[in-house]
Amino acid sequence: MTTSIKQLPDIEQVLSGNGACGGCPATMALRIVGKALGSNAIMLLTPSCSVASMGMTPKLGYNWPCINICFATAGSSASGISHALEIMQEKGRLQGELPTVFCWAGDGGTYDIGFQALSAAAERNDNMIFFCYNNEAYSNTGVQRSGATPRGSFTTTTPTGKRQPKKNMALLMLEHNIPYVATATVAYPGDLYDKVVKAKNTPGMKYIEILAPCYLGWQFNMPETVQMSRKAVRSGSWLLWEAENGKISFNNPSAHIISGKKKAEPVDEYLMKQGRFSRLLKGSDAAQRIAEIQGDIDREIAFMRERAKITI
Amino acid sequence: MKSAQVIMDTGAHAAALAVKSARVDVIPGYPITPQTSIMEALSAMVENGELHARFIPVEGEHSSMAAAVAASAAGARVFTATSANGLLYMHEVLHMASGGRLPVVMCNVNRGIFAPWTLWADHQDSFSQRDTGWIQYHCSSNQEVFNTILQAFRVAEQINIPVMVNFDGFAISHCLMPLTLPPQEDIDRFLPPHEPEWRLDPAQPSSFSNVTNAPEYAPFRQMLSDDIIAAIPLVKQAAQEYKDITGMWDGDTIDTYRLEDAEVVAFAVNSMAAELRLSIDILREQGIKAGLLRPRLYLPFPTEDIISALPQNAQVMVLDRNYNFGHPGGILASELKSVLFGRRNDITVKNRVIGIGGIDLTRRFMAAEIRAMMDE
Ligand SMILES: Cc1ncc(C[n+]2csc(CCOP(=O)(O)OP(=O)(O)O)c2C)c(N)n1
Ligand code: SF4
Ligand SMILES: [Mg+2]
Repeated sequence: MTTSIKQLPDIEQVLSGNGACGGCPATMALRIVGKALGSNAIMLLTPSCSVASMGMTPKLGYNWPCINICFATAGSSASGISHALEIMQEKGRLQGELPTVFCWAGDGGTYDIGFQALSAAAERNDNMIFFCYNNEAYSNTGVQRSGATPRGSFTTTTPTGKRQPKKNMALLMLEHNIPYVATATVAYPGDLYDKVVKAKNTPGMKYIEILAPCYLGWQFNMPETVQMSRKAVRSGSWLLWEAENGKISFNNPSAHIISGKKKAEPVDEYLMKQGRFSRLLKGSDAAQRIAEIQGDIDREIAFMRERAKITI
Repeated sequence: MKSAQVIMDTGAHAAALAVKSARVDVIPGYPITPQTSIMEALSAMVENGELHARFIPVEGEHSSMAAAVAASAAGARVFTATSANGLLYMHEVLHMASGGRLPVVMCNVNRGIFAPWTLWADHQDSFSQRDTGWIQYHCSSNQEVFNTILQAFRVAEQINIPVMVNFDGFAISHCLMPLTLPPQEDIDRFLPPHEPEWRLDPAQPSSFSNVTNAPEYAPFRQMLSDDIIAAIPLVKQAAQEYKDITGMWDGDTIDTYRLEDAEVVAFAVNSMAAELRLSIDILREQGIKAGLLRPRLYLPFPTEDIISALPQNAQVMVLDRNYNFGHPGGILASELKSVLFGRRNDITVKNRVIGIGGIDLTRRFMAAEIRAMMDE
């Protein structure tokens, strides 16, 4: 049974009064992550909105030791910390339960500049949780495209809408043969919470990607973050799944979409709510470009359905 | 009391033995010629249990420095090594080590820089990292490499600034020379366990290297600048105490040879400076009062020690194994001129760039160079 929002622990690791936008999905997600991780953890941050949000030196809005690192280095930096803690414990210089080492990186710090170091840390199966909060663009620098930006989306570097589909990063991480991979999003806090608890109790490399609809980059009304997150899942453009030791299972409502029990909502309405697709929807070739986006989603659903059947 | 052991060893392996006796905790590493054999030796020592540490086989040097600084922030004693393009690839993270005040120690085995490729020694790689805020030693023998790594850990951990120990590819890294290994008890006496004042600790949530406003950023940078200069007495103290304990001495901030009455002074670093001692002997035999001044420390530049060591009215022949692009000569010469300016107007500085990309620098060749420079 998925933990319900009412059952989440009271502990707050995200302190009040930080610098995020109202309705910020990254901060919302981090709050739930904090409830699952507790205070015995070390946080690594790459340059991103979550750095801008945590407050300027000497203030700190997250109740962990938080180390800022170079943009490309989340995977390797976390490896350094995790090995350091383990060897210091072996040598008797650290006592008690070792802290959870976790990276908190945006899609830029994960899909793009951080990909190499993350891939290598995963291949080494070093002990960490790597969180990617995916707002599908470089929000902190003013919304530029990333490898996670979906086809058709306007960003400041894709002024007529991105021409390429996003890549399936979580699946790429699964293909590193790591013990745990999961996707989540803020509209399903219990699902996210349970996945973080699982990751915390699994040794080795864990990757959790959280879809984070950002009102600023996606251009919707600020109070609608959670609705947007839910729409992403219901339209099948974001699939909730997890894989323990390589075996994929889908979580509801994505499980129903995959099994065919429920049909994914057509993508039009999801796109219509977001200003980042508005130019595309107004263009003379709108029908064709919506069909392309729908095609990307259908292909991904079909592909993941088949991929999940491979259990060797 | 155990006595020292003398073996024949390469510079690269001497470095690995020093790292082992420093009881390092974490070693991220990535291969690049001519540094590779240091990492190979260390990974073997970790694998066979000779060294109780973690070796992290990262996927590139940007990551090896990232893992190094992060492990250091977690409280570990950390070592890594690189050369040439590996060092350049680390550039951004080198700044994080110094700005973050993390006492990482690294060997850079000097090699010329791409493009075009060369495998052989010159000093463009280490000198081009001058402004990263690392303390830099340059060593001229296998023994000095061993000794300096231990001194580097001490200095780095005293003042929380990373230290780079440089030595030439092949001439030092791959050549056998006698190596004296002091007993481990002596090394432990010289280099106490690493007990950082601060580390990433959930009992004390705090941000590290977070965004600052100018009123915080500027004093941080000023402190780093001041503390790099304040490392000079610590470098001297480390060399002296190392000598008191082990009996070995390679110089402190500088090393000199037949300098006191010299009228012509050769000024150079690394293995060519070892060979220059022989060139000095040749010149002396020819009736030229020659001497050698070798800065062991390149950064902080040992201004005061150089100024007080240079004999009156000396002609200083700076032999640079690097280019100072945009100027006709090399980097050491312009560093030297800038410290002498207005303080030692009696000194003449002449400069040549030699030995680029590993061109062999024999004693006779360098003696002839110096003679030729005298006539310029
Ligand atoms: C090496 C380097 N290149 C570029 C930057 C500038 N930069 C800072 S944050 C950022 C984008 C971050 O995007 P993402 O990881 O998706 O996080 P978000 O801002 O969306 O939260 C960029 C390009 C940097 N800090 N370092
Ligand atoms: S721009 Fe988006 S991700 Fe960044 S703080 Fe605002 S809501 Fe959060
Ligand atoms: Mg982003």
